[in-house]
Amino acid sequence: MEKVLRIEEIEKYYGNKSSLTKAINNLSFEVEKGEFVAIMGASGSGKTTLLNLISTIDKVTSGHIYVGGEDITKLRGNHLNKFRREELGFIFQDFNLLDTLTAYENIALALSIQNVKANQIDERIKEVARELNIQDILNKYPYQMSGGQKQRVASARAIITNPKLVLADEPTGALDSKSAKMLLERFQFLNKELKATILMVTHDAFTASYATRVIFIKDGKVFNEIHRGDDERREFFDKIIDVVTMLGGDLNDAL
Amino acid sequence: MLFKLSVKNIIRSIKDYAIYFFTLILGVAIFYVFNAIDSQTVMMNVTKSTKEIIKLMTNMLAGVSVFVSFILGFLIIYASRFLMKRRNKEFGIYLTLGMSKRKISLILFLETLIIGIISLIVGLGLGFILSQFMSILVAGMFEADVERFEFIFSLEASMKCLLYFSIMYLFVIIFNAISVGRCKLIDLLHFNKKSERVKFKNPWLCVIIFIISSIFLGYAYYMVTAGIDTIHNANEIYIPIALGCLSTFFIFWSLSGLLLKIVMAVKNLYYKGLNSFTLRQISSKVNTTVFSMSIICIMLFVTLCVLSSALSIKNSMTKNLNELAPADIQLYRVINLQSSDISDYYTEQMVKNSNLTIMESLKRSGVDIEDDLKDIVTVTVYESSEFTFKDSLGSSFELLQEKHRFVHYDQRENIVRISDYNKLAKLFGKKTYHLNDDEYIVVANLESMSKIRDIPLKQGISIRIFDHVLSPKYKVCQDGFLQMSGNHTNMGFFVVPDHVVKEEYRVSSILTANYKARTKEAKQEFEEKLHFVQDNDQYIIPSSNTRLDIAEACLGLGGMVTFIGLYLGIIFLISSAAILALKELSESSDNKERFKMLRKIGTDEKLINRALFRQIGIFFLMPLILAIIHSIFGIKFCTYFLETFGTKGLLPSIIMTACFIIMIYGGYFLITYFCSKNIIKEK
Repeated sequence: MEKVLRIEEIEKYYGNKSSLTKAINNLSFEVEKGEFVAIMGASGSGKTTLLNLISTIDKVTSGHIYVGGEDITKLRGNHLNKFRREELGFIFQDFNLLDTLTAYENIALALSIQNVKANQIDERIKEVARELNIQDILNKYPYQMSGGQKQRVASARAIITNPKLVLADEPTGALDSKSAKMLLERFQFLNKELKATILMVTHDAFTASYATRVIFIKDGKVFNEIHRGDDERREFFDKIIDVVTMLGGDLNDAL
Repeated sequence: MLFKLSVKNIIRSIKDYAIYFFTLILGVAIFYVFNAIDSQTVMMNVTKSTKEIIKLMTNMLAGVSVFVSFILGFLIIYASRFLMKRRNKEFGIYLTLGMSKRKISLILFLETLIIGIISLIVGLGLGFILSQFMSILVAGMFEADVERFEFIFSLEASMKCLLYFSIMYLFVIIFNAISVGRCKLIDLLHFNKKSERVKFKNPWLCVIIFIISSIFLGYAYYMVTAGIDTIHNANEIYIPIALGCLSTFFIFWSLSGLLLKIVMAVKNLYYKGLNSFTLRQISSKVNTTVFSMSIICIMLFVTLCVLSSALSIKNSMTKNLNELAPADIQLYRVINLQSSDISDYYTEQMVKNSNLTIMESLKRSGVDIEDDLKDIVTVTVYESSEFTFKDSLGSSFELLQEKHRFVHYDQRENIVRISDYNKLAKLFGKKTYHLNDDEYIVVANLESMSKIRDIPLKQGISIRIFDHVLSPKYKVCQDGFLQMSGNHTNMGFFVVPDHVVKEEYRVSSILTANYKARTKEAKQEFEEKLHFVQDNDQYIIPSSNTRLDIAEACLGLGGMVTFIGLYLGIIFLISSAAILALKELSESSDNKERFKMLRKIGTDEKLINRALFRQIGIFFLMPLILAIIHSIFGIKFCTYFLETFGTKGLLPSIIMTACFIIMIYGGYFLITYFCSKNIIKEK
């Protein structure tokens, strides 16, 4: 299988010599094409830092991150921006939609900054809107939508550029359980039918149970890793809970 | 402890305060410069009368300063309220930590004090430097010789600055205290979380409103330019002003919707780069700032009109002088008084002597000026109660009375002989005329009057003067004048064949001449001599009107208007630019989030900067463009009223005005751009 993401012994330190915080401490893993990976960990385990490093928002102290064979820790300036807009798709906990633009325009923005022609933009938006079931709200503004709708619009924006990797930071964090379930089912659909590679950070076991693999992080290191295999989602959820318990109840807000 | 906190707050938020500081310093400096003109002129070698004019000017500037201080006061309070809003969260934290509202007020008081003191010191310093340039400008304006150059610091002006700005800061402190007292903790802490409901107007409604207000605006334009004759009295001028203000407001109200509608129709443009984002940003901002946009637009409009008119008055005044005061001196006196004219003013002796020549009466009063003058021309003016303005209009009278109610139609017309006029015209270097026995000419140079007089002339209306029936030689008024002056003020007089006039209708005599002396000093010396002629009850002393006096009056008036125009114009310009800048910067925290998001999805830095530049640029340009359109018509309107001054120097003054706008408005724009860029920059 082709490796979409390869993380090699990365470290990220904050602070100075007198008080050093190791947010990421010698961490390595790989994500293959078409995988749906969830990264779990308690607050302060380093999972958000990890996502920031992969998305090039932050820089590693040492180590390498390869996306599609390219070492992104070596990218600078506008190459970083080019990488972000062409290779990555982002989904944030707080949606990060522009409140002045309609859903349609929010999605279009991801393409227009890549200089895609207006008529192509229209076609692609219609297609992705059908896949995420947001055709009816395309002309609405963010304040007119529910949280789940906003997150699906954000997801549409993330995948419309056909990125190598979709990064999702606590995508269900601001959603009620029904919307969360609906969104995750859409993620599964994107993953299975459209072969989108998704890396999702979460502290919620239910959310993580939709993934094909879960990586647990503790104190900046990989603590454990479980594959779903042929398990039903329910069974996989139980396994995740077991690990969470093993982690010492740090994730006691898991349910 | 509180003092330390205040100082730290200022240092930390220095970027937010940049515009505030800049405005305060500029305000103080300009206030100082215009109030220090008085002491700047001390070292100049100017005549007594110019000194008086400068004195009058500084008095007027002092009056204007009161008005200016009100504007600046409002601006400062407005600005400080903006900064307060930005710091809501900080105050919220202080309150949760248990600090009392009084202590927060105290912090704000200390901050205002510190900022006030610093801005006063820096502003006075800048004002001191600028006022040295100002003295060069003043010297140029009044054509004074600067004997020696020295740096002058006006203690009086700086004390005035101190007083006025202290009062303004006091008001700021009071306002701050009131708003701190009113605020609620929950609002302070959650200020940023309040999600802004973006309101969008119905685009079709916008289009309709835009068209309607454009029509009304066009009508207002028409009223003050082409249709100006339909305005009969001064009160009616409020109609186009009110129409203009209202339509300005509604144009801004509808503009964003319209703009959005148009650009959205062009899909290739709208979905290109960050265009959609930029356009939405602008439209949402214009939507929330319609009122201030309109105010700013109108302020800019006033600035443009005031600056360009004031500067053009100065330009054309200098120009007029050569054209309208071509001889050195004119002496004017009433003649041919009758015994019925004896009154408190004219004694019996005076009446008896009233038929002496001007020269003779001066000689008998003890001043012999004959040897000092050359090219002497004397013109006799005739008038009769039987030939008034009304009579001169003939059958056009009723039509004109309908149109121009403010004209005095009972005014007696001045009549001069053609031979007298030709001699004078030759001296003035003007065209001379030949008249047949039954012809007359009307000479005028005040355009609005010659326009009225042209109407009967065009119809070839015959007039009756001293029992002679005369018809017009020309269909229009001829350019010329009897009395020298600084501007076009000749409302018209009649030139008739010599045989027409009757000696009993003589009313005044005008003597025009040049000096034999050539140097300015010698000329001034001669004029001093004339001033020594004492009034006595034997002779009527002619009033004198000299080129030097006219020049001084021109320069004085021109200078006064220019300085007041500059003062008000600059203050208005600063105020409007500062308000725009503050509006833009106050939203930069919202923008910060938006631009951060754009970066996350991988937008190039170049694209982001361009979007920011366009956004701020368009925001600054919109009121300016409408103001420029307004002022095209506004300046036309001004020239209608200022036409006696001549309007030939309009273009250079418009260029000068443009320079001011570019410097001050452009300066604010650049500061705003760089500050916003700094704010949205990723840490």
